[in-house]
Amino acid sequence: MDIIEIIMGILKNPLVKSAIGAIGIITFLSLNVLFLTWLERKLIARVQIRYGPNRAGKFGLLQPIADGAKLITKEDIIPKKADKPVFILAPAVGFLFAVLPAVSIPLAGGLIVSDLNIGVLYIVAVASLSTIAIIMAGWGSNNKYTLLGGMRAVGQSLSYEIPLVLSIIGIIIFVGSLSMTEIVDAQKNIWFVFLQPIGFLVFFVAAIAEMGRIPFDLPESESELVAGFHTEYSGMRFALLLFAEYIHMVVAVALMVALFFGGWYLPVISTFISSMSGIVPVILEAGIFIVKMYIIIVILMWIRATLPRIKITQMIGIGWKVLIPIALLNILITSFVLVVLK
Amino acid sequence: MALTDGYIPVAILVIIGIAFPFIIMGVGGLLRPTKPEKEKYVSYECGIVPTGEGQYQHNVQFYMIAILFAVFDVEVVFMFPWAVVFNQLGMFAFIEMAIFIVILCIGLGYAWKEGALEWA
Repeated sequence: MDIIEIIMGILKNPLVKSAIGAIGIITFLSLNVLFLTWLERKLIARVQIRYGPNRAGKFGLLQPIADGAKLITKEDIIPKKADKPVFILAPAVGFLFAVLPAVSIPLAGGLIVSDLNIGVLYIVAVASLSTIAIIMAGWGSNNKYTLLGGMRAVGQSLSYEIPLVLSIIGIIIFVGSLSMTEIVDAQKNIWFVFLQPIGFLVFFVAAIAEMGRIPFDLPESESELVAGFHTEYSGMRFALLLFAEYIHMVVAVALMVALFFGGWYLPVISTFISSMSGIVPVILEAGIFIVKMYIIIVILMWIRATLPRIKITQMIGIGWKVLIPIALLNILITSFVLVVLK
Repeated sequence: MALTDGYIPVAILVIIGIAFPFIIMGVGGLLRPTKPEKEKYVSYECGIVPTGEGQYQHNVQFYMIAILFAVFDVEVVFMFPWAVVFNQLGMFAFIEMAIFIVILCIGLGYAWKEGALEWA
């Protein structure tokens, strides 16, 4: 028997396929996170007229690796007062729930690890579980600042979870399916950002709040809470928490691209791509998707470099008094227009 | 065509996702030093010696948000099946959801009026 045939036979096994997919997800996310830590520092330094990392490698590109080497050789410190099992488990839980939603996000036509028929619901549900890790970290540290940071983080993610989900409902009404692939395919001709501008605005603000980025970074406001829920973490545990946070950002941005910016579709160019065959279109489509992701990420970093932090009263106010009513109105308007047009 | 259609990848990713942090911590354990000192294990509260309990009573407002969330999140879950079949139902589904959302808004308005959305 040919050796290639044996390998192909092994590759057809669903378990092997899934394992490859899972490892692929973790690799893809890790590479993105490493690059993002560099990009964020460099970009913000540039906005603030500094150089940013420029020692390790060309343009400081090896900085993430240097950071990783530093963090992994740091002493592991667990405070004496800390609730040990909770303290130790929190970073692991955070990492797990940050990685899980990526299973159902399509990078290109066919390049999706598992096209669940409840895709969007699954992503939203699992992504919201990462709140548990934050409250674990905040409570387990047994420190006044971390607990306050953890409570704020939970209050914030709970408040913005609802507008986030409500803004997606408008899209589901259009598509009539929860599968991510079908949602992206429905945007072949027109992106949902044009059909659902209000929904997109709500989603964008709520997503920033869910990521806990400036201006919504109350949970870890450095100046008042030291660093919020990860004050007591050091070395690799701290790295894992930070890792989870960046993965959260990558996943949220990927979700935004797939839901509102047409995923891998681009006007004109997509018709060219669809006429090609083999593996080339998949690579091109994934490239388009990643470029779109990075455009949004740069905008997020630009926001971080520009805006100050909001107050906690404003955090509650924006979520409950502005975003939720707007999102509900958006659902009503969308469904009404669709009914009338029929 | 997806690689697989079911939850096998999810299950495998759960296993890898649980294993990964522990592997990293294990590898780190071989590389990092351990030099225990009493001061290293004191809670960090800006350098001042910590007083009192770390797990104190916190603002009741967080509890209010959690209750409101529990109510609204359940309502949102109802909207998912409605949105999926909306195109097949038409006007009937719209009126139904309009009534549902009005009831939701009354609830939100009540919470607003009672000051549950204010940070006291």
